[in-house]
Amino acid sequence: MIQLKVNGVEQSFGGEPEMPLLWYLRDVLGLTGSKFGCGVGLCGACTVHVNGQATRSCVTTMRDAAGKEIRTIEGLDKDGLHPVQKAWMQINVPQCGYCQVGQIMQATALLNSKKKPTDHEIDEVMSGNICRCGTYQRIRAAIKAAAGEMA
Amino acid sequence: MSAIENVSRRRFLTGGIIAAGALVLGVRYYSGISSGDKLPHDTNADHATLHPSVYLGIDPDGTVWIVASRSEMGTTSRTTLPLVVADELDADWKQVKIEQALGDSRYGDQNTDGSHSIRSFYDTMRVAGGTARFMLIQAAAQQWGVPATECETDLHVVVHRSTNRRAGYGELASAAAKLPVPSKEELKLKPKSAWRYIGKGEVSYDLEALVTGKAVYGMDARVDGMVYASVEHPPVLGGKVKSYDDKEALKVAGVRQTVPIDPFQQAPAFQPLGGIAVIADNTWAAFQGRKKLNIAWDNGPNESYDSDSYKNELRATSHNPCRVVRNIGDADAAFAKGGKVYEADYYVPLLAHASMEPMVALAQFQDGKATLWAPTQNPQAVQDIVSKELGILKEDVICHVTLLGGGFGRKSKPDYVAEAAVLSKRVGRPVKVVWTREDDIKFDYYNAVASMYMKAALGANGKPTAWLQRSVFPPIPSIFDVNAVYGDPSHLQQGWTDVPYDLPNLRIENGPAKAHVRIGWLRSVANIYHAFAVQCFTDELAHAAGRDPLDYLLDLIGKPRTIDFKGVEYPNYGASMDAYPWETSRLRHVTEMVAEKSGWGKRKHGKGTGVGIAAHRSFLSYVATVVEVEVNDQGEVRIPRVDTVLDAGLVVNPEATRAQFEGAAVFGASVARSGEITATKGAINQSNFQDYPVARMSEAPYQTNVHIVDSDAPPAGVGEPGVPPFVAAFCNAISAATGKRVRDLPISKLGLS
Repeated sequence: MIQLKVNGVEQSFGGEPEMPLLWYLRDVLGLTGSKFGCGVGLCGACTVHVNGQATRSCVTTMRDAAGKEIRTIEGLDKDGLHPVQKAWMQINVPQCGYCQVGQIMQATALLNSKKKPTDHEIDEVMSGNICRCGTYQRIRAAIKAAAGEMA
Repeated sequence: MSAIENVSRRRFLTGGIIAAGALVLGVRYYSGISSGDKLPHDTNADHATLHPSVYLGIDPDGTVWIVASRSEMGTTSRTTLPLVVADELDADWKQVKIEQALGDSRYGDQNTDGSHSIRSFYDTMRVAGGTARFMLIQAAAQQWGVPATECETDLHVVVHRSTNRRAGYGELASAAAKLPVPSKEELKLKPKSAWRYIGKGEVSYDLEALVTGKAVYGMDARVDGMVYASVEHPPVLGGKVKSYDDKEALKVAGVRQTVPIDPFQQAPAFQPLGGIAVIADNTWAAFQGRKKLNIAWDNGPNESYDSDSYKNELRATSHNPCRVVRNIGDADAAFAKGGKVYEADYYVPLLAHASMEPMVALAQFQDGKATLWAPTQNPQAVQDIVSKELGILKEDVICHVTLLGGGFGRKSKPDYVAEAAVLSKRVGRPVKVVWTREDDIKFDYYNAVASMYMKAALGANGKPTAWLQRSVFPPIPSIFDVNAVYGDPSHLQQGWTDVPYDLPNLRIENGPAKAHVRIGWLRSVANIYHAFAVQCFTDELAHAAGRDPLDYLLDLIGKPRTIDFKGVEYPNYGASMDAYPWETSRLRHVTEMVAEKSGWGKRKHGKGTGVGIAAHRSFLSYVATVVEVEVNDQGEVRIPRVDTVLDAGLVVNPEATRAQFEGAAVFGASVARSGEITATKGAINQSNFQDYPVARMSEAPYQTNVHIVDSDAPPAGVGEPGVPPFVAAFCNAISAATGKRVRDLPISKLGLS
């Protein structure tokens, strides 16, 4: 039996240890905020926090998630909207929105580790997250807005 | 347009009956689903106290229900069309609730493609809002015993100023519902000066849901008792299963069964591709089981398809006379006179959509009826294909439209939804079909591969005395008729027949090409390759003539005039030439304006940097774009700045429109940088983002400045028209920076690095 914590709640899982965390979150727990985009860690739509680190849940097995603290968009901020989510709304980032949960989780992890990232740092870290609608310049602006808010 | 209004009128007159019908539907179809999900279902507008239109209902508490009948894939049509209703109703946006329509012909066309949601439904939405406002005013006037002409509205209330009386829309709804529904002619729509929302816009109605993960896409649809399916499709279009062994697949934990799906009958249209489906308790188990299938395929005749040799065939065809689609003067006679003649071949490969949400659909077949939840651009096409596949009535196909994780035209083709329906019937439970990214890339309806041959003779001032262009590409009608090989007017019009240049000798041709994969619409479609060839060739000629590309482009566009398409098949995107004439003055204007906004010719560009310009009309909008690039010694290309000017007539939602053009630049960057699908022995070579890369943040334009021309012309498209001029301007910028012409896309083939 695999034990892990998801958004602060203890969970146990008795299924295939090779199952990716993404499908456990989506199909077993019904937490559908994290998205399936590529299945091989290339697009970032499935990004969650594992022990605070931005992680591609589609290539993280349940075996690897054992004993870890998982945070998904559903648990990003208990009290409502995280400053990053607020910035995303203020800058009006999303178009279709499908990748934005992953973008927000990635951006939040970035800002947790770096208070005021430069353009170059933002590009480096966020280039693992694809947005096919092309909202990148707004994502960059929103990260800067959130950085100001969180400082 | 008139057909849509007729539908609305009919419903105005029979609104009560429809509401009762919808109530029955609600009970019949949704009581069995107890998942507590937040998916859209039947409309509250139908049940509202005042509901003079299928798009609108008002409750006694003042809630205004507005039905979004078009699909939401990120363009904000789900917000922007209701905004038009709300404006004409003079409603308080905060009291508006938007609900998503099912697939239902009572809404008229629901195929959310072709950048025409606003254009085709702007009037319909205004009439819907105006009708309700008219009735509310009448009701108030009757209650107060005053002439209706003395009453007006002010944000959700009817007002009689001289007696200082006010009544809210909610309290008037019941009285208004008893009044006759006015005809369109009786309505007095608001003047522009009184608009609250049109031209000002609003953020997406779903914005908070989108940033909190609460938004429900097709991928997120769930019903009780559902199982998951993953389908191994024939690797070659038209292939069939010869034999298969599922023993190992069935051993995978969570796998329940396998189900063969019949191959389609020619032509493919929107039928399922066929293959073997693995049914499982969760998505991952279905994926795993599929890997263990052992299938022998009969690939069929398309096995002969090889994209490299196909490219040569297209090019060879384009080097010989083809079918003439438009002609002015006598280009051949002018070429025969000699002088400076330039020729060039341009090529754009097959392109995949790669929307972030792969194809997915949930189907529940029960008691002879099918209920679907799908991220579809075209729910009525879902009804058609599912009724055909299952042998049931179209009325017995209920299609819920979820949010779409991108569409770009792919989700207008509901093959994947039909697949789910077929499987649910076979399995006897709700089935959710989930395509992998590999499935999405390998089994797309690709944007056509196209070869364009261009030829021009230059006169004394460098301006062409003759111009010939030939395009060859497998046409979209080939998915409906395997013998279709020539471009159809609705795709030839896309930047080919309508070359706007003022030249004495101009001949436009199109040659035949047989399709070996499914060809489909992709954001701006044939405009991508046509604008690329025309606008890059123009830039080449400018350099050959030793002239500034901007001046040269303006010279070719010529004096302001309306292009005469007499004797030419030019569908004008389905719009009338009277309402939407092809005006070269508007193309000129956006070109001059983008030059000014971008500082064309005024800013210094250092080593390895360059700027390019292109102008193009598509989906009735005029767009000009300037792209600036930096190419370093390693051949890496950065795009520091893009300026784009658009004249799309009346723009209802400027903020959303800017976002569309920012996005179009990124989409265009993906096309030009790395967009390429190839095939070997009929099977697609690419599979995921490692071999079909799309632009990431570092590769996308750093800053795209979007400038909207203030215009009172009727509304035109904004979702697609940003792509074609971006691609051409980007390639022209690369040439300016490196001296290398871009004639074959993608530029990853150019050998810059």
